Amino acid sequence: MDFSTFLWTSFAAFLTLAIFSFLYKDNPLYKFAEHLFVGVSAGYFVVILFHNGLSPNLLQRLSDGDWYYLWLNSLRPWYIIPGILGILMFSRFSKKWAWVSRYPMAIYIGIAAGVAIPLEMTNRVLRQMVASMTPINWGNFLGSGYLDIASGYSEVIILTGAVSALVYFFFSTPHRGAIGGIAKYGIWILMLGFGATFGFTVMNRISLFANRIQFLWVNWMKNAFNVKGVNPQADTSYMLAFTVVALIFVGYVVWEIMKKFRKAETA
Amino acid sequence: MHKRQLPFILVFIFGAFMAVQYFMPHESSEFIYEFFALDWVPIIGIFALALGIWSLIKVSWDKIKHRRQDWQYSVVLLAGLFTIIFFGFFVKVGEHWEFRFMTSDGLQSYMFRHLFDYIVIPGQATVFSLLAFYIASASYRAFRARNLLATLLLSAALIMMLRFSPIPGLGEYMSKTATWLLNVPNLAAKRAIIIGIGLGMVATAMKVVLGIERGYMGKG
Repeated sequence: MDFSTFLWTSFAAFLTLAIFSFLYKDNPLYKFAEHLFVGVSAGYFVVILFHNGLSPNLLQRLSDGDWYYLWLNSLRPWYIIPGILGILMFSRFSKKWAWVSRYPMAIYIGIAAGVAIPLEMTNRVLRQMVASMTPINWGNFLGSGYLDIASGYSEVIILTGAVSALVYFFFSTPHRGAIGGIAKYGIWILMLGFGATFGFTVMNRISLFANRIQFLWVNWMKNAFNVKGVNPQADTSYMLAFTVVALIFVGYVVWEIMKKFRKAETA
Repeated sequence: MHKRQLPFILVFIFGAFMAVQYFMPHESSEFIYEFFALDWVPIIGIFALALGIWSLIKVSWDKIKHRRQDWQYSVVLLAGLFTIIFFGFFVKVGEHWEFRFMTSDGLQSYMFRHLFDYIVIPGQATVFSLLAFYIASASYRAFRARNLLATLLLSAALIMMLRFSPIPGLGEYMSKTATWLLNVPNLAAKRAIIIGIGLGMVATAMKVVLGIERGYMGKG
């Protein structure tokens, strides 16, 4: 690990620890890391949107023309229209001209909503319905082995579960009698589904946490500081940088404790 | 008229046309779909996203200008924003910095990549991993077996969390049960939810096209 990589890794470690410090309470180190993260992320998306979005979709299409003629001498001058419509969006910041931004918004929303009607119906509703309406495997109803996914009873649960959960969301009829019974089965299925999703999310977050601890221990401490002799190139300059980061943390903790003591004294 | 009614007429014309053209398998219909939906919409959408960034800059700048509480952090935010934008467009060639507007050379620059790798990636991962602790406290409240429904939720979540447990014998059954839970009841629940979302989106889109839903245009 060279010195510049060490500095970058140390800064990433500092940000990681600063964000984790929120677990104690909201503090200046967390706010610093949070604002830096938001700023750099927003800037990253500006650059990506420009190079991968605006440049190929608009600028490169007009680049065979001349800006002096407002690209009207381009081979595809009509692409100036969505460009102008996009610029008109910025009129939203003026109270007097804010209404102008409704025109690009209207075209955008109109096209997006119009396209969404058949596409959502096809992709979300019809495809899911088609997938549910497969023949039940009666020949292998009990399946082979413990909780067989391909068994007939699993297919029955999928079909009846999906229909019952939809009945639960249907509020135009009171959930009483047979409809009430189906809706009750639907909410059981939904609870099992939510529980599985919740457990999955918890495990996902814990694996992310384990990954951050691994980063701090393996990428930073072990590689950069030669703990257990992993990095023989580590020298005193690394230790100096580590000391600076550690001192900032210790200084902050001491400052917080002193502040608490002062508050207690004045009370 | 031109401030409110005309935009709604435009929404109806574009919306109705784009919905109907889907059912017309003609090359002119496909050309119009590709021209408007695939070419125009992304361009206007990029400007809409730029509007959000501009708003962020404006809010932060106002905070600094009027020295509002915690204005120093807005300086950090703007510094981060402009630094990565600078390195996304300027490339060092020999001793000079060159402004690369039409090529995406900036994306490959050392500083741009390192700002992403060592600030955005660890920041994002840490913020999400922070949620592990808050999810743990939420689990404590949600996972109390007060009735049958809460017990079902608790059981499914516990089985999912124990599926990689190394306990001999138990781990294998937990893993199989978790796989079944994910592929059978969870699939049924997700299927119903996806169908519900789809129907909801179609209904909302129709309300927008027909001018029943008008909130997105704002007041005035």
